[in-house]
Amino acid sequence: MMNAGIARVLQATAGMIFLAVVWQILSMTLPPFLFPPVPEIISRTIEILITGALLTDVLLTAARIFGGLFGAFIIGAILALLIARSKTLENFVSPVLTFFQGIPALSWVVFAIIWFHGTEFRVLFIMIMTTLPAFTFQILDSIRSMSKDLFEMTMSFRPSRWTLFRFLIVPTIVPGILTAWKVNLGNAARVVVVAELVGATGGVGYQLLRQQQLFDMAGAMAWTLQLVLFVLVVQQTINAIEAWALRYRPVSERGI
Amino acid sequence: MTDAVISFKDVTKTFRRADGKGDFVAVDKLSFEIAKGEIVAVLGKTGCGKSTMFNIVAGLIEPDRGEARVTGHDPFREFDYFRGKIGIVFQNDRLMPWRTALDNVLLGLQILDADPKQAVKTARGWLARLGLAGHENDYPHALSGGMRQRVSIARAFAVNPDILLCDEPFSALDEMTARDLRAEFVRLVRANNKTAVFITHQIGEAMDIGDRIMVFHRPARIAYETRLSAAAAETERRKVQDDIMHVLSVEQVTA
Repeated sequence: MMNAGIARVLQATAGMIFLAVVWQILSMTLPPFLFPPVPEIISRTIEILITGALLTDVLLTAARIFGGLFGAFIIGAILALLIARSKTLENFVSPVLTFFQGIPALSWVVFAIIWFHGTEFRVLFIMIMTTLPAFTFQILDSIRSMSKDLFEMTMSFRPSRWTLFRFLIVPTIVPGILTAWKVNLGNAARVVVVAELVGATGGVGYQLLRQQQLFDMAGAMAWTLQLVLFVLVVQQTINAIEAWALRYRPVSERGI
Repeated sequence: MTDAVISFKDVTKTFRRADGKGDFVAVDKLSFEIAKGEIVAVLGKTGCGKSTMFNIVAGLIEPDRGEARVTGHDPFREFDYFRGKIGIVFQNDRLMPWRTALDNVLLGLQILDADPKQAVKTARGWLARLGLAGHENDYPHALSGGMRQRVSIARAFAVNPDILLCDEPFSALDEMTARDLRAEFVRLVRANNKTAVFITHQIGEAMDIGDRIMVFHRPARIAYETRLSAAAAETERRKVQDDIMHVLSVEQVTA
């Protein structure tokens, strides 16, 4: 019988291998500037990772994603806590956040370019504005789903506000926070590229723009893969944190 | 009675109906006193306002009218005064699923800023006393219903409260486990000289636990009250049981 771990890895990679094979077949029948061979894409991808100057662009994009996500997370968490305490504030803030959610990322890019100078501030603004509503609503949902039973039990010990926050609210909202990070990470990776494409002089988005100008499909794929790899690594890290933080959850042997 | 630990004087509590159409009275001009060291069993049918009375004593809700006092203080308005003075065992165990058995027992001690080393020693001691040695690092989902309820009893006792409030803590357990835990609970309350209010809807449980039994009619008001010692003769116990059944059945007829 095949080892369960190996089987899992094979299942996870089978789809990607299939995709690579299809691409390689297309590259043998179509012009290489449309479908460059897979080995060339892989070699360009590795080149970016081992060339300091190029890797800097990847790290710059990663820093922008984290900066935007942390900013939106902090503001969103504070907003969610305040809204949970005040119905008036909810009536005031929720429609605004819903309105923001309806604004396309590209519109925020245009607004940022018109309103602000300085690339980094523009990108940070765009990232925060596009991910803030989702963070706020997801954390608010987690606070609202807090068990009344556990709340009353904890209150029976007469905790201070800080103790209540530390012992009950934080552990209650951790699953929601982790989900919010996973969802927003993908969104942020897409938005940052748009922001860099239009208004930055470095980063993966900027490099993609260059590849488009050079009509270099292998380069475009290699830079895209950098972002995909980054998202995968961070997703796996969040998954590992989730597995540790939620280790108390029982798992049924029977699947859904 | 003069040195009452818990006293209610004409306490009334009304709630808004869930459908928003009118109010219903949960507690109606309820008056009683409980002295230090007493174990009082409060008996009544589901929905008779026992838990509302319980929540008023716990300081979780405020009466609309009347005066509720615990050791002479208002449990709702002087909420913080009762830090560490009231321990509660709820109907369901209310264990935090992300905390191990030991960490759940530690919760109250941590909230009270107890010395961490001493707190762990105390928590371990209570778990051992309740037969849970070796299960300190188990999460609640890995424990049986009876074991989880033992953890919640340990959590309540660990802070060494003066008053223990129990809201049908053994109602979800099988009879054998419930009987063992009842006996253990009474032993612990007496050994530690606590005052306890024990809410139940089972006549047998009320008679096993209470020095005094109060039977509530709906909305919560005392319909019957008696004292019953553990050494009472079988005939006396049977008479009390018959009286209680009569009081409860009268309510059924008149309801």
